[in-house]
Amino acid sequence: MLKSLKKRESELANSKRQLEILSNGIFQNGELPKFANKISESNQFPLKAKKLEILQINVGYMCNQVCSHCHVDAGPDRKEIMTRVTMQQCLDVIKKTGTHTLDLTGGAPEMNPDFRWFVEEASKIGVKDFIVRSNLTIIRANKKYYDLPEFFKKHNVHVISSMPHWTRGKTDKQRGEGVFDQSIKALLELNRIGYGMPNSELKLDLVYNPSGAFLPGDQSSMEKDFKKALLEDFDIQFHNLFAITNLPISRFLDYLIASDNYEDYMYSLVESYNSTAVANVMCTNTLSISWDGFLYDCDFNQMLNLPVNSKVKHISEYNQELLDNRNIVISQHCYGCTAGAGSSCQGSVA
Amino acid sequence: MSKTYYDPADLRKFGNITEWSEELGKKFFEYYNSVFQEGALSAREKALIALSVSHVVKCPYCIDAYTKDGLQRGITKEEMMEAVHAGAAIESGATLVHAVQMMNKVNKLDV
Repeated sequence: MLKSLKKRESELANSKRQLEILSNGIFQNGELPKFANKISESNQFPLKAKKLEILQINVGYMCNQVCSHCHVDAGPDRKEIMTRVTMQQCLDVIKKTGTHTLDLTGGAPEMNPDFRWFVEEASKIGVKDFIVRSNLTIIRANKKYYDLPEFFKKHNVHVISSMPHWTRGKTDKQRGEGVFDQSIKALLELNRIGYGMPNSELKLDLVYNPSGAFLPGDQSSMEKDFKKALLEDFDIQFHNLFAITNLPISRFLDYLIASDNYEDYMYSLVESYNSTAVANVMCTNTLSISWDGFLYDCDFNQMLNLPVNSKVKHISEYNQELLDNRNIVISQHCYGCTAGAGSSCQGSVA
Repeated sequence: MSKTYYDPADLRKFGNITEWSEELGKKFFEYYNSVFQEGALSAREKALIALSVSHVVKCPYCIDAYTKDGLQRGITKEEMMEAVHAGAAIESGATLVHAVQMMNKVNKLDV
């Protein structure tokens, strides 16, 4: 199994190095405009935070998979895990802010030893939409996870899972050998207990990330194709497909550079820039919390170690007033969320 | 001047053709964009036709563009290859059907 960039001691495990790459070269010599200049053209600079609606909590970078495009650089060798103390601080903030969406991500969030405790406590608060981003294979990885679908059901968790394609070859190439078959088994299990079925309140959505150096196609067309293929081939159903653009950071940046696709990909992102998408980018209504409790505008900024532009930096000192209307921290990776129909953890935004 | 006839970077400059003939260039791009909208045929079906024709007319810019477009639409490599074969079959058929002319001529001239 592939090792994380961190384990391999790759220079791209260093967020400063990633930011240097993203700011130099074609963005330094003026071939392409920097993101700040681009959004200035439509008077959208500085990008401002709006009302907080989504709290996205990264409970750890440990994962049972090592996907080639992973912006977290997650894997079995990553040991960063959120403690119960930090989880409790997150719960206190959820109660205080009345956030309508709680979004747990990782790594594989289920691998955090306090994951179930956290879900149980969070579900008592009663947020409107309680999301767990499950990679599917974790459900089949070990007997101790076999009951996860029932556990999700018990707490009315909204499951969002990655599925790069409806064919084995494309899926396994991106996510690892055998991932497709295990994902199909997990989806069948989720369907069996009601997840993803038409009119079911047990929400099951899939995330599509392109399996290479190209942008996602039209989300609704992709959804139709996915639904048709998964139903015909495996009798699997789900609710929505979210098409998410791969951002040029971490392992995907490593892949782009190694395959000599970096410049073309950045051109694609900039040429597909859509100013309408800027108004709805997720960082404006989301707060991302890292495993160690620090605050970021989004999960991508978390991985680039770009903390929020506020006096408040940590969940333990949370202060909504000081975070409201803050300037969002941006760099050239942000083009990934404004290309075409835009991209967010909930799919297209424009 | 470039030392090669084709430069991948030129594809990005395609829109520049309007600089020397704005009216015709604009009309072409309007027509081009309209053609690839959803219609009686889906945009996906049109993308596969475009990929096939790109090979038949042997346009490296078009092959790059419509291969990437196909990937973005989730079109599989098997579908792409079948589309290319469809074009190739017509192209080779167009050559071979002229063999009838050859046969006719032989039959007329040869005793």
